[in-house]
Amino acid sequence: MKARVTVYPRREILDPQGKAIRDALTRVGFPGVDDVRAGKSFEISLGTEDLQAADRQLREMCEKLLANTVVEDYSLEILGGAGAQP
Amino acid sequence: MKCGVVVFPGSNCDHDVYHVLKHVLEQEVTFLWHQDDSLQGCELIVLPGGFAYGDYLRAGALAALSPVMGAVKRHAEAGGLVLGICNGFQVLLEAGLLPGAMRRNENLRFQCLDVHLRTERADLPFTRRLKPGQVLRLPIAHAEGNYEDSPARLDALEANGQVVFRYCEPDGRITSESNPNGAARNIAGICNVAGNVLGLMPHPERCSEAVLGNTDGLALFASAVEVGSRHLQAAGAGR
Repeated sequence: MKARVTVYPRREILDPQGKAIRDALTRVGFPGVDDVRAGKSFEISLGTEDLQAADRQLREMCEKLLANTVVEDYSLEILGGAGAQP
Repeated sequence: MKCGVVVFPGSNCDHDVYHVLKHVLEQEVTFLWHQDDSLQGCELIVLPGGFAYGDYLRAGALAALSPVMGAVKRHAEAGGLVLGICNGFQVLLEAGLLPGAMRRNENLRFQCLDVHLRTERADLPFTRRLKPGQVLRLPIAHAEGNYEDSPARLDALEANGQVVFRYCEPDGRITSESNPNGAARNIAGICNVAGNVLGLMPHPERCSEAVLGNTDGLALFASAVEVGSRHLQAAGAGR
């Protein structure tokens, strides 16, 4: 099973990169962009087809390593087949 | 005092720290490889600056999981002295030995310049040779020194007296102009509650000799050497 983990700066925290990208988008002709959050994306192949087990493992990976939850949030998505998980 | 300088792949201030401890302060010093899980009896452990593991994922994130950090955690829990400088500070945050996290500098630039720091705690093993409120001039060189935590946790940090250094004007005033990276509350360095673990973004090892034109950094190393981890409990009880 493949999954995608997305890690991005928490909403309440100023994201200097996102702000710089938004300003650049304005300069190249997209003045209507209100906000950009610049994050990271991980595609992870898991050795399980059990959705619950996958979800549990992925959350643990985020809490232990992939995200720094002091300043970052994460979201999980199962790619293909059984459909998306929140 | 036996001192250990941890070397991660990508550390680049390790030899500077070694030099100050060995040749300026004439202490016994050894390098500790990140794959080792023994501190070889060292009393003072320094995590130096650099780009451990290439700063992959987040600065300090992968280094925090290396074998040597398990030994460093046990050393810290037992009251041993741990000093994290720049990238070493980031490693301490990622390892959970100090609270909070680092983000990209607010202006997105790598900041390489001398800054002024106000000493908020002069009673720690690392700062006992300083005076309360003393202003130091130290160099910084980092892209991710924008210290952040939740308002409640920052309040707790302040209440516990864990803020050790703040970016300030040459006369000691705390202003937003003197903050080089956007760090919350001008925080440049913090300690754990017990005071035996210190992390700071500026580089004291780069200004510890007269020949370099600045010796403001030497007090940190000299204080730690003077105290020695075996005296830590007495120092803690004196607070």
